[in-house]
Amino acid sequence: MTADLSLTVEAPRAPTLGRPVVRPQEPAVVAQTAPKVVIKDVRFYYNNYEALKGINLALHDKRVTAFIGPSGCGKSTLLRILNRIYELYPGQRATGEVLVDGHNILDAGQDLNLLRAKVGMVFQKPTPFPMSIYDNIAFGIRLYERISPSELDERVEEALRRAALWDEVKDKLRQSGLSLSGGQQQRLCIARAVAVKPEILLLDEPASALDPISTQRIEELIAELKSDYCIVIVTHNMQQAARSSDYTAFMYLGELVEYSETEAIFTHPREKRTEDYITGRFG
Amino acid sequence: MQAADLYARRRTVNGIYLALSMAATATGLAILFLILWTLLRNGIPALGSDLFTETTPPPGSRGGIANAIYGSIVMTAVATLVGTPVGVLTATYLAEFGAGSRIAPVIRFVNDILLSAPSIIIGLFVYELMVLRMGHFSAWAGSVALAIIVVPVVVRTSEDMLRLVPASLREAATALGTPQWKVIVMVIYRAAIQGMLTGVMLAVARIGGETAPLLFTALNNQFWSTNMNGPMANLPFVIFQFAMSPYADWQVLAWGGAMLITIAILLLNILARLLANWSNRSP
Repeated sequence: MTADLSLTVEAPRAPTLGRPVVRPQEPAVVAQTAPKVVIKDVRFYYNNYEALKGINLALHDKRVTAFIGPSGCGKSTLLRILNRIYELYPGQRATGEVLVDGHNILDAGQDLNLLRAKVGMVFQKPTPFPMSIYDNIAFGIRLYERISPSELDERVEEALRRAALWDEVKDKLRQSGLSLSGGQQQRLCIARAVAVKPEILLLDEPASALDPISTQRIEELIAELKSDYCIVIVTHNMQQAARSSDYTAFMYLGELVEYSETEAIFTHPREKRTEDYITGRFG
Repeated sequence: MQAADLYARRRTVNGIYLALSMAATATGLAILFLILWTLLRNGIPALGSDLFTETTPPPGSRGGIANAIYGSIVMTAVATLVGTPVGVLTATYLAEFGAGSRIAPVIRFVNDILLSAPSIIIGLFVYELMVLRMGHFSAWAGSVALAIIVVPVVVRTSEDMLRLVPASLREAATALGTPQWKVIVMVIYRAAIQGMLTGVMLAVARIGGETAPLLFTALNNQFWSTNMNGPMANLPFVIFQFAMSPYADWQVLAWGGAMLITIAILLLNILARLLANWSNRSP
């Protein structure tokens, strides 16, 4: 599946839409702290197709930022740049700068494994590893730390508690992670991501494959985790973005149309296209 | 044409096709059961303790095929132990490392040729390579010839199984900051292990009945021999030799061997099938 396919299918270029006016340097978002991540003129290519056309954006620590927009607008692509997971696929490349704590992670010299240890990710479909619930969590911890078995037990419990899963699985830690329900599997994946103590957490439509109850639990979890991480969530669900994020970025056709505090975006969008999208006129 | 006519015509055509495919299925099954029935009817009289304890006799005296059973098991085992790691590692390269490379499709193509190469050619190749140089037939040469047959089967099935592992699992493991080799060994192999084992079993079933490669390599041995550096008896060769002989007692032994080999391969196939089903059920 290529990005341009979904573009032509799902988001036809409406003739009424002009060029986006993006004001990246304008302090629409005033934060009390320096941004955790600064994205500067980031472009992304699937072979020769330009999927992101110069994105400028700042993400704040201990806040939730939501990327919204129609399918194929590049929101997932932008998320996948932040841990450079796209490098798994030949033919995909990014240009520009992504500064995490002032350090450009797009540098060729960046150690990818260290970057990914620092930037956790949870995917749309739950991805438990084919091993026990305990080992699913311990897997990541063992990669970077040499700790005693009892310490490891504690860390696993801590991570499962953080993901609000401990009470449901504490008696079956040795069972396969695949034996859990979809919602539990997704919380297991969140636990696995936070177990390695990342600084940034990327959530790629984390609740879109789940039922409403599980979705609610994930959203509550996001609200909880916010106090410790810089969280970025990609979502198709506008209510979810409105409910669980502090900042919202609206993207369209590979461009950042509007980026502001979530409340402002949903109550007083500056751009007509943002308004059209959030009111359900397209997308 | 009237709608009713059209419908009647479709029903007729459907009936004819159904009858034809059922006839074809019945023919195939009938032949299979005929073979099994003939084997059992002629093979069961050969069963007796002698079959498993005595070595191949001269015509007219009592004996069994213990040396051939031993030879077949040993050479099949050595070939599997040698061929499987080579096959699995090649498949790993093709599925995991060689994604964007230009050599991978070439290797895959060559492997497919090897997969369908006549086994007598492989026997002749090893004859040139080992038997001529060593100056004598040997069980090692037989094992190598069989291993050469194992490799392409394992490469093909293992690569298919590795490709069936969803990309999301690979991404999830990578996103934790896992080095690629660890992603493969600890996550991907685990997810694909049952399918890969099925492939290995099919390879074992394939070489269990191969005669041509052994003709030029291990040859045969009238006596009990565990010397890998000398000629060794094996079931396919003994069946060939004894079945073509004019001696009734040899022919009975040939039937016994044929029955044993068929039952062993049948069991292996059933085991492989069960394993595949089992892996499908718990993905």
